[in-house]
Amino acid sequence: MNMKHRWIAPLLVLALLAAGPLQAKEVSGPAPDFTLKTLDGKNIKLSELSGNVVMINFWATWCPPCRVEMPKLNDLYNKYKDLGFVLLGVNVEQQEQPPRNFLRKRPVDFPILMDKGNDVSKLYDVVAMPTTVLVDRSGNMRYLHQGYKEGDEKIYKKMIKQLLRE
Amino acid sequence: MSKFLILPLLLFLTACSSVEPWVKPYERAHLADPIMAFARDPVSNNYIYHVYDAREGGRGAGTATGGGCGCN
Amino acid sequence: MRAKAGVAPARQPGAVVAATDSVLRRLVGLCLLSLSVPVSAAVLPEDRADLLYHSYSGGGADINGPSLLLRKKFAEDFSVTANYYVDNVSSASIDVVTTASPYEEQRTEYSLGMDYLRNRTILSLGYTNSVENDYIANTYSFGISQDMFGDMTTVSLGFIYGDNTVGRNGDSNFEEPTKLRDYRLSISQILTQDLIVALTLETITDEGFLNNPYRSVRYLDPASSRGYSYQAEVYPRTRTTNAVALRGRYFLPERSALSAGYRYFTGSWGIEADTWELGYTLPWGEDWIFEFSYRYYDQTRAEFYSDLFPYRDAQNFMARDKEMSSFTTQTVGAGVTWYFEENGAGFVKRGTLNVNIDRIAFDYRDFRDLTVTGVAPGEEPLYAFDATVLRLWLSIWF
Repeated sequence: MNMKHRWIAPLLVLALLAAGPLQAKEVSGPAPDFTLKTLDGKNIKLSELSGNVVMINFWATWCPPCRVEMPKLNDLYNKYKDLGFVLLGVNVEQQEQPPRNFLRKRPVDFPILMDKGNDVSKLYDVVAMPTTVLVDRSGNMRYLHQGYKEGDEKIYKKMIKQLLRE
Repeated sequence: MSKFLILPLLLFLTACSSVEPWVKPYERAHLADPIMAFARDPVSNNYIYHVYDAREGGRGAGTATGGGCGCN
Repeated sequence: MRAKAGVAPARQPGAVVAATDSVLRRLVGLCLLSLSVPVSAAVLPEDRADLLYHSYSGGGADINGPSLLLRKKFAEDFSVTANYYVDNVSSASIDVVTTASPYEEQRTEYSLGMDYLRNRTILSLGYTNSVENDYIANTYSFGISQDMFGDMTTVSLGFIYGDNTVGRNGDSNFEEPTKLRDYRLSISQILTQDLIVALTLETITDEGFLNNPYRSVRYLDPASSRGYSYQAEVYPRTRTTNAVALRGRYFLPERSALSAGYRYFTGSWGIEADTWELGYTLPWGEDWIFEFSYRYYDQTRAEFYSDLFPYRDAQNFMARDKEMSSFTTQTVGAGVTWYFEENGAGFVKRGTLNVNIDRIAFDYRDFRDLTVTGVAPGEEPLYAFDATVLRLWLSIWF
């Protein structure tokens, strides 16, 4: 029994590692339109932002990588907002209190939209937390990034710069 | 006993991509809550299992892993 | 170091001060593997530091000490853990008191672990070294954890290899090796937004000198003034055990959690055990969490266990270790967690102060209390005692 077990584990490891790393996927098609209310009470409609590069980030306070990502997103927003870049933080929680508590201590400058019914999450087929979608100036989806690991903001930066140049 | 488990496990792993999840990632607020963790504090948990392992004849299968936010 | 009282008269020629509890405290690494196996496979555990003060007091034994854990991420995909653990032992337990003298000793344990994350897989490696004056344990662990089915299922495989040396105080020539192999499989499954279950299987085999070099068994001896005499215990040189456990956690409305679990244990030495666990976690306001637990454990004795053998060398294998007897333990526990920091923006992102107390009642069905004298051998009252376990710890996430 011991001899057989020696090779099972390494074999499993190789099989599982065979898949490639998570990177930004290229996607296409018009970005589905939606209207959501921000924490400030304003309504934001995606199609009205046409002409800007829009980054839609689905997040929640209970998701640790999402929390780590927020200040990085804030830096990106402040760096490129005057060049026609808009960042929408779509919170998928059912209540406003947890994101409000979180943002009170760690505020951001970009709008936070509440997707309480999860309609927009379903519309964009969110299968990972966090999920980041980049929409170009014509309103088409261009990149999809699932999850967040330290250093992913460099990928975002590259994609934003490219779309801003178009 | 472990030999018996390896084959079904491998079959399990190869079928992994075809099932549609019925709890979506954005529906995991409760599961990601720290009170739903099997072991909120590993150091404390391991200590109490150590107390039982040392004073009882039974051993093993003391902890479980899994759940959480399913992020990334 | 060990209190060096005189050797108990006329009980065992050449016997040294007993360390009857220490060998079976030595299941190092088996539990500590869990320090390096993460909660959910697709994310590395968060960076944290925990400082625990632990204390066990019962049946004449007092063991306490610190446990310090540090976990830190490096280079995006790696998370490293380091743990320092000490047991300060002051023992006057029933075995010690009846066959030798109270002693003190210290066990120190160092562990290092590393987790590597790639996509939905986490690979874990760990090493633990534990040292006390008559026992050295080296434990190596490997684990792999995989999320699948949309992250609703987590499958974990673990393997532990232990290479230990048993010594005997006062006998520098005594050095017996033992080897341990531990295979673990764990499958957790999210069933609903509020319910998760997990199945765990674990098979452990060990070989070598598996008993305690100080412990003895007793046999009826009409020639002795007490009516019984002692001889050294004899254990088989191999042991295989199997455990299977099913656990669940359920999220109740208004935010609280119910947990339940059952474990069935069986092994080649004949011990069969059932463990039932129930728990309730209740948050209070924003900053407090209360925890209540109950555990019921029942085991039947090892095949070669007897409180009193009929005569000397009655069997090939003989044990009188109360942990090999038939007994029940029942535990009632309560704990409090206080979040002194929840959404910190500085170095400390989150911080808790915690205390947990467990009261364990041990009730033996075929192990007798030999401190009671003036009774015929085998008529002594059955042994029972209560123990209190205290855990006090500080956790910070940074």
